[in-house]
Amino acid sequence: MSSQFDELKRQVMESQAWQSIFRHGYEDTPRNRILMVSGNVWLHLHPSKVRKHATRLRFTWCMGGITFLMYLVTVVTGVYLMFYYRPVAEYAYADIKYLEFDMPFGMLMRNMHRWAAHGMVIAVWLHMFRVFMTGSYKPPREFNWVVGVLLLVLTLLLSFTGYLLPWDQLAIWAVSVGSNMGRATPLLGNEGPFAEVLGVNPIYDARAFLFGGGEIGAHTLLRFYILHCIFIPLVTSLFLAVHFWRIRRDGFSGPAL
Amino acid sequence: MAEMGSAATRVEVTLKKAGGPGDDKVHTWPNLVRAEFLCTLFTIIFLLLWSLLVDAPLEEPADPGRTPNPSKAPWYFLGLQEILVFFDPWHAGVVAPTFIIMGLMVIPFIDINPKGNGYYTFKERKYEILTFIFGFHVLWISTIVIGTFVRGPGWNWFWPWEVWDAHLVEALTNQDLPYLVGIRDYWTAAAFGLSLILGFFVVGTAAMYWWVVWLKGREFMQRWGAARFFLTSFLTLNMIAVVIKMLLRHILNVKYILVTPWINV
Repeated sequence: MSSQFDELKRQVMESQAWQSIFRHGYEDTPRNRILMVSGNVWLHLHPSKVRKHATRLRFTWCMGGITFLMYLVTVVTGVYLMFYYRPVAEYAYADIKYLEFDMPFGMLMRNMHRWAAHGMVIAVWLHMFRVFMTGSYKPPREFNWVVGVLLLVLTLLLSFTGYLLPWDQLAIWAVSVGSNMGRATPLLGNEGPFAEVLGVNPIYDARAFLFGGGEIGAHTLLRFYILHCIFIPLVTSLFLAVHFWRIRRDGFSGPAL
Repeated sequence: MAEMGSAATRVEVTLKKAGGPGDDKVHTWPNLVRAEFLCTLFTIIFLLLWSLLVDAPLEEPADPGRTPNPSKAPWYFLGLQEILVFFDPWHAGVVAPTFIIMGLMVIPFIDINPKGNGYYTFKERKYEILTFIFGFHVLWISTIVIGTFVRGPGWNWFWPWEVWDAHLVEALTNQDLPYLVGIRDYWTAAAFGLSLILGFFVVGTAAMYWWVVWLKGREFMQRWGAARFFLTSFLTLNMIAVVIKMLLRHILNVKYILVTPWINV
């Protein structure tokens, strides 16, 4: 019986179809270890060999990886939420209630989305702190630190735009308090210093640009929804690609050999 | 790899081939992938349990006509909302965040210390680390903690064990600094305030110059260059100014240092 099974296994694994998908065996050989990474589109974000200290948790804290993981969790749970949510002032709040009480796993998906978003903010701060502490922004990695700061800002913007979408009291007032700062921008805000120079007014200034109108309202909800679900994730993905690519080109930081 | 500081050696470092003498490389599979997999597993388990136990908040439907007291920004912006107590919105909400983002971005360009690249060390980069901890932990994190846990109705200070009294009225005894020192004339007060602020930056920059020269020597100052020095001192003095303004308010009830028809600081 087992020899028949082995024969079947051999025939499957030597078939043209199998070998067109899996290009190397499973024996633990140095060659296969390298092919596992270089032959896999996801894993080949890594080099096939890394310096020993870079695999240690006490060096990396794994915080960059956890930030990216949190991003992926919000993307997956966010798509689920999008199926049941309409960014219209009349429906938005009711849709959240519906999602929480009537959709299978709706509450869990919303919880995971929210806590992962908060986790991402914390993880990205800790990642920045770790990179600072190991001096990993030093030459030749200066520019990747700058990209990282942009990603930090994008993380906050993602979280902030998502904050409005439940359309409850917490949402509109937190976003109002945050966005009201736009009104005070020097030159560009209607209550800011030197507002009269460019002649901005409450319905035509920096905050109105953010809100999509003079006050927070249905137009703001749609604007923040599109920023949250399409525009900022796209920009973030672009900068993530640059961030990872630069790590790969410059190598992991480490003590001199 | 020891002398990574100069641009000339930088290219050699990035192009260095694996397998040279003293190379300590290991296979990514399984050494790194295993660590990442375990990290992913535990993080997901933690997130899942947390999400099963703690529900995301949802309050009453949005009502633009009913402002809650206090209205708080999302927690990660509460540091900025907290410094609104001490600065006008154009500074706390616009200029300060811009300085923070720009300041973070220039870190790799103003820090020319070649040591401590890729390993933990405090001794070799004391001042860099202390400055970062001052900005990140002391200014950013502690103001978030204050904004989140001890600010209640009217943005008044309530300890966590105190009941939020929405009717608490704190007497506004704040006055402007020129008034406090006895200046009553409008233009004299403005001139006094402006010269205090300019003086702070001029004296602060000079003090920092002499301090760095005393600490590191003239040769270092020359290598550091004017652009790096002025950027560093300007950003550092701005961080110190936030603390000074906080102390002036908490201890002396000072509202503004400079009052003009266009801008107050």
